[in-house]
Amino acid sequence: MKRKDFIQLSAMGLGALVLPKFTFGTPVDPSRFLNDGIDVKIKKELADVALNAAKAKGATYADVRIGRYLNQMVMTRETRVQNIANTESFGVGIRVIANGCWGFAATNNVTREEVAKTAERAVAVAKANSRVKAEPVRLAPQEGYGEVSWKTPIEINTFTVPVKDKVDLLLSVNDAALKGGANFVNSAIMAINEQKYFASTDGSYIDQDIHRLFPTFTVTKIDRGSGKFETRKSLSSPVGMGYEYLNARPEDKVGGIVTRYRGRYDMLEDVQNATRDVEQKLKATSVQPGKYDLILDPSHLWLTIHESVAHPTELDRVLGYEANYAGTSFLTLDKWKSGNFNFGSKIVNVVADKLQPGSLGAVGYDDEGVKCGQWDLIKDGILVNYQAIRDQAHIIGLNRSQGCCYAQSWADVQFQRMPNVSLQPGKTPLSVDDMIRNVEKGIYIIGDGSFSIDQQRYNFQFGGQTFYEIKNGQITGMLKDVAYQANTREFWNSCTAIADKSDYRLGGAFNDGKGQPGQSNAVSHGSSTTRFNGVNVINTARKI
Amino acid sequence: MAILHKEATKALLQKVLSFSKADECEVSLRGTEGGNIRYARNAISTAGDISTLTLSVTSSFGKRSGTATINEFTDDALKRVVARSEELAKLAPENPEYMPLRGPAEFKDAPGYVEATANMTPDDRAEAVAKSINVAKEAKLEAAGFIENTTGFNAIMNSKGLFAYDTDTNVVFTITTRNSAGTGSGFAGRGFNDFRKLDTHEATRIAAMKANSSADAKAIEPGKYTVILEPIAATYMLENMFRGLDARNADEGRSFMSKPGGGNRIGEQLMDEKVTIYSDPFHPELPGPTWNRDGLPLEKTTWIDKGVVKNLAYSPYWAQKKGVQPVPMPSNIIMEGGTASLEELIKSTEKGILVSRLWYIRLVDAQTLLLTGLTRDGTFYIENGEIKYPVKNLRFNESPVIMLNNVEALGKTERSVSIESYRSFMIPPIKVRDFTFTSLSDAV
Repeated sequence: MKRKDFIQLSAMGLGALVLPKFTFGTPVDPSRFLNDGIDVKIKKELADVALNAAKAKGATYADVRIGRYLNQMVMTRETRVQNIANTESFGVGIRVIANGCWGFAATNNVTREEVAKTAERAVAVAKANSRVKAEPVRLAPQEGYGEVSWKTPIEINTFTVPVKDKVDLLLSVNDAALKGGANFVNSAIMAINEQKYFASTDGSYIDQDIHRLFPTFTVTKIDRGSGKFETRKSLSSPVGMGYEYLNARPEDKVGGIVTRYRGRYDMLEDVQNATRDVEQKLKATSVQPGKYDLILDPSHLWLTIHESVAHPTELDRVLGYEANYAGTSFLTLDKWKSGNFNFGSKIVNVVADKLQPGSLGAVGYDDEGVKCGQWDLIKDGILVNYQAIRDQAHIIGLNRSQGCCYAQSWADVQFQRMPNVSLQPGKTPLSVDDMIRNVEKGIYIIGDGSFSIDQQRYNFQFGGQTFYEIKNGQITGMLKDVAYQANTREFWNSCTAIADKSDYRLGGAFNDGKGQPGQSNAVSHGSSTTRFNGVNVINTARKI
Repeated sequence: MAILHKEATKALLQKVLSFSKADECEVSLRGTEGGNIRYARNAISTAGDISTLTLSVTSSFGKRSGTATINEFTDDALKRVVARSEELAKLAPENPEYMPLRGPAEFKDAPGYVEATANMTPDDRAEAVAKSINVAKEAKLEAAGFIENTTGFNAIMNSKGLFAYDTDTNVVFTITTRNSAGTGSGFAGRGFNDFRKLDTHEATRIAAMKANSSADAKAIEPGKYTVILEPIAATYMLENMFRGLDARNADEGRSFMSKPGGGNRIGEQLMDEKVTIYSDPFHPELPGPTWNRDGLPLEKTTWIDKGVVKNLAYSPYWAQKKGVQPVPMPSNIIMEGGTASLEELIKSTEKGILVSRLWYIRLVDAQTLLLTGLTRDGTFYIENGEIKYPVKNLRFNESPVIMLNNVEALGKTERSVSIESYRSFMIPPIKVRDFTFTSLSDAV
């Protein structure tokens, strides 16, 4: 890693797994975002040039991705704009199989000649790698779809909203925090538009237009006397939506101890609540370590699902392809084959889904031309399936890929990435209030915080944004210095109640990291508020 | 044309500046060339070659600035990128923290470029990988690894006459070997400017030895232990602290470097007297860039001297506000060590744990820099100066600041690589008392 990257990392603060992808690309004038890019007819011609060149050099399979990736990030702190970055990245990535081996090459020089040369380079790489190959690549059959298209169903294209409107919103958010007594506030809006054209020798020509948005802030309050400080992050989620996400209606708000949001988000309201929360956090009681029943809000639980359910069911990890970086998985094939491995209690049902409206993972087709769908991972507590792509499907007895292939840009090779992975709501009516009423000694956690899990996904530790103590069915006040530690299987087997579908909400991450060189993936995780019994809680306060 | 020499770079940047109509203009050019191979299950899974060259132009009118970037280099394209940065500057809000550009300065040449690394071919990478896979196969283990080499250059020039150029090379290699039963795992990581120093055979042999000796680990009770962190483990733990050496965050009251009641901890004895940490771009084992994007020269700077906080980084804006000289963020980090070998540190330990590597470290509390994470790829129980048996992996909750207060002994400093950022550091093996493990993990 180079000095510049180190400076970027330093500026980002601590704990990012990979640099978010909007740091890459070429800065452009925002007006360029309104330009539609090159015509689909020209993309098809270029794609055919690549496919034909690859076949002529001996490829038995080829796919080409012509991608235009638009990113916008507006960052502010207190009363000033820190950065407005508009970037565009355009190019072609070509993947082939030759001599039974994968090869990949990419170029940002999108001419017929250069595309043909790049296809030839990809074949040359495959042939070079085939000298050390083990088994030939086996691809699950895939029908060609002809010329098809898919678009994220957005109401307002974020890139058409003037930068000034975004700056005004963020500065009004900051102003509300400062007026409410916060010492510092950082806020940002990040937007992504992936315009992806995919074609393969199977006869698919797929044009997709994918939109994502993430508004966020962090409020900081300092007690000068004690030198202590506390922060509270926004309760927003990154979403697969347009700018309409920021127009919250009354029905999008979930009442309770603090307002949370379903589908749409009110940034101004949330920052006022955050400013109150952060004040309360400074005065909160430091937690007594021990066993507690946890009530986890979807704004928190998404991250626990992500780390402890979604990652260990990635088939590439199970097989050992990530052993040198992200790790392997405790959900080995023998556990799945047994058909009776109880991952969780009987009420735990987890679904993989690439279609869910508003989610980050929703696309029509994945990055190897497979139409997306939905399937069970955990059914009535039992491990029943994984997340696979075309060259893995046969390993778990499938004759079709599950559509989990993704590359962060045209310049990166596609590989297995997680779809949306969500905990299904409880089947019988249960409100959050009723759930809390039955808890004798518990902690109610809202928002995601610190997170860490081992390389096989057994042992984890999570923090949160706000913690409320529950005594005899009543919320009695705010706690701080809370983190819980558990073993994945014990934790999911301690799941005793899940609120019904009226409480179901999505959380998610813009930059889930995996692979070498690292790539980021955006993914959502849904759940309703869920109860876990007797979880080990530690106190994280220290003195230096 | 991804790597341009100094004179060619100077001529190109002068041409770009000649198109500027702004009050102030800064141009920078960065190019990289390199390639990688990834392998798993004893076979290559992906490979790539990457080359980039990007010109960035920042134009300013008063306190309004705009930046535009381009990767085309015709005269028309250069004029366009300058014009676009000027348009963006005129649209931008005023930045109250805008600092005027700096004038000419002399920068010493950076010593981080090695011809042998710059000349690496796909065949060199394949050969290095083949050596590694052979070691794993002979040891009846499965290897998963990654090798990446990069040659890069950076240059800046501005309308006040400042020009700086540097170039460097890097190669990073990481290897994990696992036994087929999934009960043992070993790792090695290496980072060098000079490819000739990389021995993938030797690194894989160490990973294989760890995989075999870590098999069938025993469970021990979590709690406070004397711990020896091998350099690769210590590096990852301390990297999180090095990123926090910033005066502004400290002065604002939101960092472990903040002093209760206001101000920062410069001058305070924050760690054990054995701890001295500095940066030096001219260190022969860890050369770094000799200037930064603010146009400031990077010199040897001591951050922690015998446990006392000596310096924090001040950006030009924060330095002006506080009435001090700017102190650039370090471009490398060297922690002074002792003379003991790792074996000697083990020998001097009555009861303790040897940690080969740490994993998934995340911040729990910014106030105290409390971190959590786990051991991985070889954790061993030490008794009466000997390694007795492998132990199961453990989760820790510990602050590097507290850890560096509890130093028992330091081994010999060596070049080591962070397993998360792939950045190289000079870090000794560190023996500390009362390192806090909070739970056991079944992960191998």
